[in-house]
Amino acid sequence: MKDYLWIFMTAILTENFILCQFLGICPFLGVSKKLNTAVGMSAAVIFVMALATAVTYPINRFLLVKNGLEYLQTIVFILVIAALVQFVEIVLKKFIPSLYQALGIYLPLITTNCAVLGVVLLNIQKGYGFGASMLNSVGGGVGFMVAMIMFAGVRERLEGNDIPKALKGLPITLIAAALVSLSFQGFAGVVDGIFH
Amino acid sequence: MNPVVIAVIIVSVIGAIAALILAIASKVFAVPVDEKAEQIRECLPGANCGACGFSGCDGYAAALSKGEVKETNLCNPGGNEAAKAISEILGVVAGEVKPMAAIVLCRGHNANSVQKLNYQGVMSCRMASQVFGGPKECIYGCVGYGDCMAVCEYNAIKICDGIARIDPHACRACKKCVKTCPKGLIEMLPLEETEAAVLCKNHDKGAQTRKECSAGCIGCMKCTKVCENGAITIDRFCAKVDFTKCTGCGKCHEECPVGAIDLVSLTKK
Repeated sequence: MKDYLWIFMTAILTENFILCQFLGICPFLGVSKKLNTAVGMSAAVIFVMALATAVTYPINRFLLVKNGLEYLQTIVFILVIAALVQFVEIVLKKFIPSLYQALGIYLPLITTNCAVLGVVLLNIQKGYGFGASMLNSVGGGVGFMVAMIMFAGVRERLEGNDIPKALKGLPITLIAAALVSLSFQGFAGVVDGIFH
Repeated sequence: MNPVVIAVIIVSVIGAIAALILAIASKVFAVPVDEKAEQIRECLPGANCGACGFSGCDGYAAALSKGEVKETNLCNPGGNEAAKAISEILGVVAGEVKPMAAIVLCRGHNANSVQKLNYQGVMSCRMASQVFGGPKECIYGCVGYGDCMAVCEYNAIKICDGIARIDPHACRACKKCVKTCPKGLIEMLPLEETEAAVLCKNHDKGAQTRKECSAGCIGCMKCTKVCENGAITIDRFCAKVDFTKCTGCGKCHEECPVGAIDLVSLTKK
């Protein structure tokens, strides 16, 4: 139990996908301008990460590993995730149009999100079982959400400020992102200290 | 078997299965799309300005195709062309779009107006207006920090000499600036008609106005007397022109002692 909690918390804090592993930076910069879009995107990421892990884990275990084709992981996972997201989009459009409207453009955007591919590959690299993989994925998604929401707040504060012309727009955003990321390094020992 | 062959087979099979599932899903879960709405959407400029009163071009197109609105001429940026195209799709008679352009009703540029404080805060009209009514003595006038310029999608607004100026050729009448201006200084004027416009909104008494800005309306009522059509009224020491009555004769323009009334003839190229 303690191990699972540890996996979940590390995925959120110490190994936060955006702020510590620098995966999924493009939605992080692109969609964090407003709080509600940030929440929508993060919700979609959590959903897709969990689903992608659930599908890719058996494919890896029973198809790739058995045939000694581990080197195909990246390309097979890209294929599977892309198809999966498209499928989810079609199903959502039909059955839950309100959710489809709410997620909007973010759902297809996730197809090419490296955080999703990253999480399934990392699960295998770390040798997690199915349960631990799922926890790691959901935790990674929640960590994504935490980073997005925090950064949306930071950016809303940046909007009203008198920023030097040379730093306006993306430069100041990147500097702010670096500072937020730096502050997340402070969690490094915390989770280990609590659970081990 | 050759491991390369196995790899190729596995990847191809996974790809084929994914393709098959997607192909079936797109047929089974197909959602009928309103073709009319899509066609209408193509005719609209896609600026999502909200001038039509809907959330964006998609909203207006959907409402039109469902018959929730009958007016095809609500799109100002699209103008007559869009109205005509939409009417053809819907098979109704096109309503005419009266071309309009926005104008800033203030002449208090740096030479005319008096500064009362050296504002150092956030460079936004809305923020600056909350500090003693703005950096200029006249609390009704243009602050000149460009909130309207920031909101304009067509680059029609520029700040010249401390006040906003709108280029009528570039203005697409989306009215975003009208809603944004914290002083309510921007109004819509019909294009291709000559109208007299009072370029001032100062409601202070005449003597006070003179101290604040040399181009401010002092409410002397000379224009109301000279106007033959009764188009000008004075409301709290500031003249206002009724555009429906104004013929553009220009007498008030000549009579105005402070030069607050201008003959505006906005034309499209």
